[in-house]
Amino acid sequence: MAKKHKPRVKAPKTASPGEVMEIKTLISHEMESGQRKDRKTGELIPRQIINRFECKYNGETVFSADMHPAISANPYMAFYVKAGESGELEFLWHDDNGDVYSHSQKLEVA
Amino acid sequence: MTFKTIAIALAVGSLAGGAALVASYGSSAADKSGIPYRDGEYETVEAPEGSPLSELISGYYFRTPETRELQDDDFMNPAFIWMEQGAELWSTVEGEAGESCASCHEDVEASMKGVGASYPKYHEASGKLINLEQRINLCRTESMQAEPWKWESDELLGMTAYVRHQSKGMPVNVSIEGPAAPFFEKGKDFYYQRRGQLDMACATCHEVNYGMYIRADLLSQGQSNGFPTYRLKWQKLGSLHRRFRGCNRQVRAVPYANGSDEYVNLELYLAWRGQGLPVETPAVRQ
Ligand code: HEC
Ligand code: HEC
Repeated sequence: MAKKHKPRVKAPKTASPGEVMEIKTLISHEMESGQRKDRKTGELIPRQIINRFECKYNGETVFSADMHPAISANPYMAFYVKAGESGELEFLWHDDNGDVYSHSQKLEVA
Repeated sequence: MTFKTIAIALAVGSLAGGAALVASYGSSAADKSGIPYRDGEYETVEAPEGSPLSELISGYYFRTPETRELQDDDFMNPAFIWMEQGAELWSTVEGEAGESCASCHEDVEASMKGVGASYPKYHEASGKLINLEQRINLCRTESMQAEPWKWESDELLGMTAYVRHQSKGMPVNVSIEGPAAPFFEKGKDFYYQRRGQLDMACATCHEVNYGMYIRADLLSQGQSNGFPTYRLKWQKLGSLHRRFRGCNRQVRAVPYANGSDEYVNLELYLAWRGQGLPVETPAVRQ
């Protein structure tokens, strides 16, 4: 895609203290499994997946997931986080090639 | 879950690897399959006059709860990655004329409402029938003096989905009269033409046998109201012509090119077979 690996995040901008917030994320990524062959050359297409996803809340990891081949393209992740103090939510996707795609947004707890 | 299966011998019976159609019947109301068509919990639309179908049913009702859930939630629906790209491209200036789509069409919600539901359409200047992808590329080459987008490129898919999405929920409404009539007739002939080593027409699967299983797939009426569609098998958004190519190939026929006259004519005929069904773009299918 013209814009590769574009994260989408659906998380509340405001919450009340102690509230359990549902967070949904999705990122565009081929998730090349490393098991497919190039149709023309017959060579294996090298694996390139997002191998780890993390959500940080004011710098502290509150949710993470290790991913493996066989996870579909454009992986979707939904999870819950409990609102504590106001601050920042940060989302990180770690690519096999070393790149890290990120998105962050403010959360106001009142 | 238990259900009886009945094998129906088809003309292809003796061909190795030939398609066998299997009907299945849910055993009781309490034992639901989760597939609305099988559970008898689907919506229908009245078929247009002259239609061979007794009622029109979107492919949505033939799919599993998991697949439908992806379509129901704009956030989970991966097609929205392409839609967002389409939205950006809408106001991106490209080409010699120094214009973007928005320079002429302004607000997409106002200018494109209902447009996607009415394609393919007869195009006076060229004397041809054109589909939405081709209409968009005409604007690129003629109005913007920019390069046309390649068929099946993320840009063309994203923009086509973005434009057609502005008609979401509106009934498919194509014109098959006047100058469009000869194209419609050609599309109809294509639909009923048996082809390929398996010698099957579109109608063999999608008219006579919808509601039956063909291998692991529950056959639908093969409606086009959700295209471009995110297909789990493709792991991306895909055009209706890509689907045509797949359906041609699976009966071992040589597919036509994306954007070919044959497929645009077929697209019109197919749109009419779903005349009145709500546009679902971008749908999600298995
Ligand atoms: C310089 C002005 C101009 C630009 C820029 C332009 N268009 Fe158009 N577009 C037109 C005109 C004029 C028509 C109507 C042509 C006709 O009626 O025959 C049209 C028609 C259309 C239609 C069909 C509308 C209908 O009711 O059938 C679509 C869809 C469309 N444009 C999409 C786009 C997209 C997408 C872009 C950007 C990639 C774009 N246009 C850029 C001038 C423009
Ligand atoms: C051998 C059987 C077979 C034939 C023949 C066949 N298809 Fe299909 N088609 C399928 C299967 C299986 C699917 C996926 C399940 C479904 O929606 O029916 C499908 C899906 C489709 C879809 C997507 C439906 C949706 O809801 O997204 C369209 C459109 C379609 N076919 C059109 C055609 C056309 C047009 C032809 C003739 C050129 C054709 N098919 C011929 C088996 C067939």
